[in-house]
Amino acid sequence: MSSANVEPRDAEPRTGLSPRQRSQRSRAIQYAILVVIVLVAAFTANWGQIATVFFKPSLIKSAFESGLPTAFLKTIEYTIGAFVIGLLGGTLLALMRLSSVGPYRWLATIYIEFFRGLPAIVVFVAFSLLPLAFANLVIPFDPYGTVWSALGIVSAAYMAEVIRAGIQAVPKGQLEAARSLGMPLGLATRKIVLPQAFRIVLPPLANDLILLVKDSSLVFIIGTSAGDFELTGFGRDLANTESNLTPLVTAGFCYLIITLPLGLLVRRLEAKAARAR
Amino acid sequence: MSDPLVRAVNVTKSFHHQEVLKGIDLEVDTGQVVCLLGPSGSGKTTFLRCVNQLEGIDGGRIWVDGDLIGYAERNGKLYRLKDKEIAAQRREIGMVFQRFNLFPHMTALDNIAEAPVQVKGESRAAARQRAHELLDRVGLGDRGAAYPAQLSGGQQQRVAIARALAMQPKLMLFDEPTSALDPELVGEVLAVIKELAGEGMTMIVVTHEMAFAREVADTVVFMDGGVVVEAGPPSQVIGDPQHQRTKTFLTRLRSEQHNT
Ligand SMILES: Nc1ncnc2c1ncn2[C@@H]1O[C@H](COP(=O)(O)OP(=O)(O)OP(=O)(O)O)[C@@H](O)[C@H]1O
Ligand SMILES: [Mg+2]
Repeated sequence: MSSANVEPRDAEPRTGLSPRQRSQRSRAIQYAILVVIVLVAAFTANWGQIATVFFKPSLIKSAFESGLPTAFLKTIEYTIGAFVIGLLGGTLLALMRLSSVGPYRWLATIYIEFFRGLPAIVVFVAFSLLPLAFANLVIPFDPYGTVWSALGIVSAAYMAEVIRAGIQAVPKGQLEAARSLGMPLGLATRKIVLPQAFRIVLPPLANDLILLVKDSSLVFIIGTSAGDFELTGFGRDLANTESNLTPLVTAGFCYLIITLPLGLLVRRLEAKAARAR
Repeated sequence: MSDPLVRAVNVTKSFHHQEVLKGIDLEVDTGQVVCLLGPSGSGKTTFLRCVNQLEGIDGGRIWVDGDLIGYAERNGKLYRLKDKEIAAQRREIGMVFQRFNLFPHMTALDNIAEAPVQVKGESRAAARQRAHELLDRVGLGDRGAAYPAQLSGGQQQRVAIARALAMQPKLMLFDEPTSALDPELVGEVLAVIKELAGEGMTMIVVTHEMAFAREVADTVVFMDGGVVVEAGPPSQVIGDPQHQRTKTFLTRLRSEQHNT
């Protein structure tokens, strides 16, 4: 179809345009539509109001002064802690899933399927109700303990599947070579298999980290106190009191400050992995 | 005369009801080199893997240096050894794989030093020192810092041999150590194995390199269809085979090697 000397059969033979002319024309049409949309938007929208509701400079300033940097830090703290728990839990679950002991496999499978099938928000609602259900329950390191567990429990399920795939991608000969040198299974797994598995799954793990940054916004459901607000909780609180969306928009940009570089990192890691192959 | 270092008696092994080893008997004396020959699928690799318990056996017994491999015998019954105990037995048995299987995330030096450090508890410095000497011995003294991906196939296989030697094994198993190599790299690997044989290392070598087997082997064992068809000195098994299957195999091998 694409070769030049074949007569185009079903594509408008009447116009007599070459493929190149046709693609130029289609691009011209697309630009024309864009111009129309922009013009309509420019004349119908109330730009003044949009600017004051979403981007009010005085509120951006007061957001920075009233604790945005702290909320930014909290988001990072919540994310990193949850990532560490997810990584440790995920590795354990992945090893259990690959274990030769049946009950380990079943337990891990149940856990993984359960928490991957459940909306994360349900887990957070459950955590918010825990103190009600168990009157004298104390989760240590409040609020970190609660936040890290809630986020970590869910992300462990996702990471387990990623890590399992990584372990299985390490050639069998690696484990056999390690064992032929007299390494017991556990040692061979730790020193030879896992380091290679993690290298393989670095890009998807970094991707999970991005998801975790965003999921950390669910923390407000648990009902942390004002001093422990992360970005979404903080933005929502201030937006409520000011009846203006600017604080939330500002918080939103802060997420991008974290997630965009991470996204760049993921793409670099993927490119590097592709080159190594 | 002392007991043989390796004694395999009536070893059987099946994969999904397909019997791959149908009663292998084999003895290797200390310091001897045994070359295993046989057509593809005859069970050579499987037998080597049974000797160091990468595969469990279904019947028979294998002893290495007097130790029953993979099992303990109590009151006439066999009990499978625990993972740690099997690991301890494997320390005495070095294995070199067809596809090298070097650890790609470690330098050549650390590939060699890792097991002595982790398994024997040697200090990292001492293990690296010895790894360096071993690299020297296989002619790669200047390549210690290279990662496997930066080495040629022949160099990788020599590092793999050094890695196995670092555990100071009593027995070395080679599974077609040169068949994944470009022809011009075969010689350098065979030279290392030859030298090792000259130093008195006990070895079982699966190989299709006839000249090597003639020169180095004390005993050549021809396997086919999961049984040992004939065994003896190379002059006999290669030079004057008695069985039709051996003759057919050697004829085909010669014509293949002429064509390449
Ligand atoms: N893990 C396994 N699962 C199932 N079958 C296997 C397995 N390993 C080997 N086999 C089968 O056992 C038979 C013997 O294989 P083995 O690798 O021991 O032969 P070989 O003599 O080493 O052959 P080659 O010269 O091709 O390396 C083959 O039919 C093979 O398909
Ligand atoms: Mg084989």
